[in-house]
Amino acid sequence: MSEFAIEATGLIKSFGETKALAGVDLAARRGSVLAVLGPNGAGKTTAVRILATLLRPDGGTARVNGFDVRTQPTQVRESIGLTGQFASVDEDLTGTQNLVMIGQLLDMTKKDARQRAAELLEWFDLAEAANRVAKNYSGGMRRRLDLAASLVGRPSVIFLDEPTTGLDPAKREDMWDVVRSLISDGSTVLLTTQYLEEADALADEITVIDHGRVIAHDTPYGLKRVVGGQRLTVRPVDPARHDDLLSVLGTVAGAGAHAPETDGRGTVTIGVDGDDVLPDVVARLRAAGIAVEEFSLHLPSLDEVFFTLTGTRSAGDARESSEVAA
Amino acid sequence: MTAVAISIPARQPRQFRQLRYALVLAKRNMIKIMRAPEQLLDVTLQPVIFLLLFYYVLGGALGGGVGASRHGYLQFLLPGILAQTLAMSSIAIGQNMNADIEKGVFDRFRSLPIGRAVPLIGAVLAEFFRYLMVCVITIGFGYILGFRVLTNPLALLGAIGLSICFALAFAWVSVWVGMKVRTAGSVQGIMMLLVLPLSFGSTTFVRASTMPGWLQAFVHVNPISHLVNAVRGLLLGGPVASDVGWTMAWIAGLLVVFFPLALRAYIRRT
Repeated sequence: MSEFAIEATGLIKSFGETKALAGVDLAARRGSVLAVLGPNGAGKTTAVRILATLLRPDGGTARVNGFDVRTQPTQVRESIGLTGQFASVDEDLTGTQNLVMIGQLLDMTKKDARQRAAELLEWFDLAEAANRVAKNYSGGMRRRLDLAASLVGRPSVIFLDEPTTGLDPAKREDMWDVVRSLISDGSTVLLTTQYLEEADALADEITVIDHGRVIAHDTPYGLKRVVGGQRLTVRPVDPARHDDLLSVLGTVAGAGAHAPETDGRGTVTIGVDGDDVLPDVVARLRAAGIAVEEFSLHLPSLDEVFFTLTGTRSAGDARESSEVAA
Repeated sequence: MTAVAISIPARQPRQFRQLRYALVLAKRNMIKIMRAPEQLLDVTLQPVIFLLLFYYVLGGALGGGVGASRHGYLQFLLPGILAQTLAMSSIAIGQNMNADIEKGVFDRFRSLPIGRAVPLIGAVLAEFFRYLMVCVITIGFGYILGFRVLTNPLALLGAIGLSICFALAFAWVSVWVGMKVRTAGSVQGIMMLLVLPLSFGSTTFVRASTMPGWLQAFVHVNPISHLVNAVRGLLLGGPVASDVGWTMAWIAGLLVVFFPLALRAYIRRT
């Protein structure tokens, strides 16, 4: 068996005039998490749907668990779990009925299917809602039921298409914990996301795609090196101290980082190499007598990643604004 | 990998598994129907209303056309109402599938190692119970009005069986339309355009001999006519072999043409 659970080369897919994928390579080692990072419309979902055998590629090859998605779709389907961007639960069925149905479609006996359903509902904190119709679930509950449904057959390869989009931060952390426990059970996970933070928290490797092309592939550490590590944002209590703040921060800016960014209210953001500069910055600010209202260390946004990698603002922004205009 | 292998539960036998999947999905559709009982109006109230309308309002006038009294017309009418109601009941599956397919749950089905046609077959199998209701309610209510089966219970079962088989085959037309058009509303519109001429342009309500010659030609090839004549023969007596044969041929023809069409449209609609 190959060391890769997911291997795709040169995937091409068009929808009419639109080229969704223009030759995408993806690879995930067994037992690892591959994050596919990109803005809306980059082709992430198309790639996942091809790997999960829901779509046939126009060109290129893809193997999941060693099986060709084109010629051996049944074998692929036996070993994958898919959680789509839109929760694919049956709204008219209860949580239990949804999961038992999937179990039976995976050749489990009714007894085993019931047992597995109860187990998953417990794990996903849905035991109390088990006998309620999914229509009455909250958005977060549906997501969890959907994820549970994709795990009924204990798949060894799991596709999570934007699993946390639209979830509040606490629920997002819960979802991350689920992904980590899947990995500790030996599964391989491919997850798509729009958040570098999420990719950084979970992934062993990150593939960045835009306009249906891979524009970067690296470890989270490597990618952060390229885009300039972390960002430090500081807002002085007194906006008039902006210039003083700039000169203090200028002394700690990371190697090769961009010029400090400022906004109209005196806030300054600089790139730093890591969190070890923080004590130094705090000490200098105190020495200069600058009181701060906000002081935060964070990863570059997807937009900044794209700006660094492509030199243009992310396509997602342009698309979103054109959607608004339309 | 060992840990994973140990926890895999006992597997069901692999033979007939596609049929088993279809039954699991049929159960899903049954649950959906039970959760919205108003969806059953077309198979419960509709045959009652049509029987009442044609028996009390039109029966006196139309009875003359078949050389019978109001009661005699009921004997003639009931097999027709049965066939018409079944044809109309088939509209619902196309509408439901049209609404269902837009939801994510079909993505789930597609990502499972089950046959591609299984979700469609499951949905059509669930229709069996709706069609059985049509038969029971139409014949049961007919009995209250005074309808009587003049043959034997076996012939009655044969008539019900043939009617349901025809309805299950005809349902594939509705599924195909449901996969092709954009909205559930247009499924109904298109299917009505098909079902109305088929059910009225037949021997459902009057004898073909009262119609102009060109229309008689249509009535004689119309599958609804064959079904109505076959059921009439099975329930009231008389020769049935030819009409039962034609109905079976239509059932086979509908399946051969519309099952692949529906499946293709379903796969394309991904």
